[in-house]
Amino acid sequence: MSKYYVNKFLYTVDRDPELLRRYKENPAALVASWEQSIGPRLNDAEMSTVNHLTEAERRALVEHDYVALFEMGAHFFLSLTMFIALHDEDWSARSGPLSFQREFARRLEHWLGKDYPTIAI
Amino acid sequence: MATLAAVLATTHHPFYLKATSAPPDQQIPQAAEWKRKVEAYRETLTRAEPDILVMVGADHFHQFFLDNYPTFMIGKAPRYDATFYNEEREFGLPKYVLEGHEELSGFMHRGLLDRGFDFSFSHELKIDHSIICPIITTRPDADLPIVPIYTNIFAPPLPSPKRFWDLGRAIRDIIDEYPSDKRIAAVGSGHLSLELGGPRQFGQTGPDPDFDRQAIEWLSTGNIDEILANVTHESMTKSGNATHGFMDLILMMGIAGPIAADYVDNLDLYHTMEAYFTWYPQERPA
Repeated sequence: MSKYYVNKFLYTVDRDPELLRRYKENPAALVASWEQSIGPRLNDAEMSTVNHLTEAERRALVEHDYVALFEMGAHFFLSLTMFIALHDEDWSARSGPLSFQREFARRLEHWLGKDYPTIAI
Repeated sequence: MATLAAVLATTHHPFYLKATSAPPDQQIPQAAEWKRKVEAYRETLTRAEPDILVMVGADHFHQFFLDNYPTFMIGKAPRYDATFYNEEREFGLPKYVLEGHEELSGFMHRGLLDRGFDFSFSHELKIDHSIICPIITTRPDADLPIVPIYTNIFAPPLPSPKRFWDLGRAIRDIIDEYPSDKRIAAVGSGHLSLELGGPRQFGQTGPDPDFDRQAIEWLSTGNIDEILANVTHESMTKSGNATHGFMDLILMMGIAGPIAADYVDNLDLYHTMEAYFTWYPQERPA
């Protein structure tokens, strides 16, 4: 498991409007391209060779599966911000303000009263 | 020596500006009341006539990430850009450029090191909404030089609540020693109970209204003993997964000291309790 690398995906995509657009339109293609050329970037000059997504992490990202990401301990702020960017506008137009955020909460209801998976790495 | 003109501890709600500047027919029902309360709170800073603001917040993975996340950090730049693309996108926050106060930043950094707080530092820092939200609510003209201080309330492992209190006490000490006739106000933002990206987010109230009431009582009365006896990382997690921002409010009370606040207000919004505290530890303005 690479919680760090999942968070790096959320962090790098959420801050870039072009990557976000591609992640919304074709998540499988964006995740593949991210793993190849974006995830490994340490900075503008250096590449890192040490991080990899697991199959389950890759699937959760490709499927926009924020429940699975929560259960893997992805950072809640990164995950919420990213999925608001992907879905809030469509949900708001259809079902009113904050409807996506409430749906997000509803799909995690089975965690009420329990200790959440930790975001600590 | 410098005067500590005021200490403000506030929740930061990134949707304040959007909620209160939307056309009236699209505003949430509490918008007018929220605006009134924020403007009354702003007056508690204005009346203190500050010359410099020491601003306390936390970077929400905007400039800093898990490859290198500072526990405590001070900005030492002559100028600070503010508001990141994803904050404009999600919250509708405007961009700002804030003047820095390099001399006080340098004095503060040295003073912190001397008191056992080995701070990280940044000479190129872009400020996020944890500092821009209180600028919008308490000093919307953004016309004063700032000294930004960031804490880690966000990426575990976090420092203890006691450490936040002690840091506040150290900052107070350093402001008191600053050889200047300037009036310094400290303005910091955090949260009461808060859930983000979990099952209790965006409910009818904050995730733990009992904690919120208790926390307001503790901060109003300067009751650091009860806070340190009751508030732990685990207890904050139980109150909501993002409640750890409460520690920045503890830090602010640390700057004021274990004394009652001179101004306290709160507002029960649909998914958070907003709260506003001001202390005048040295002199109460007219």
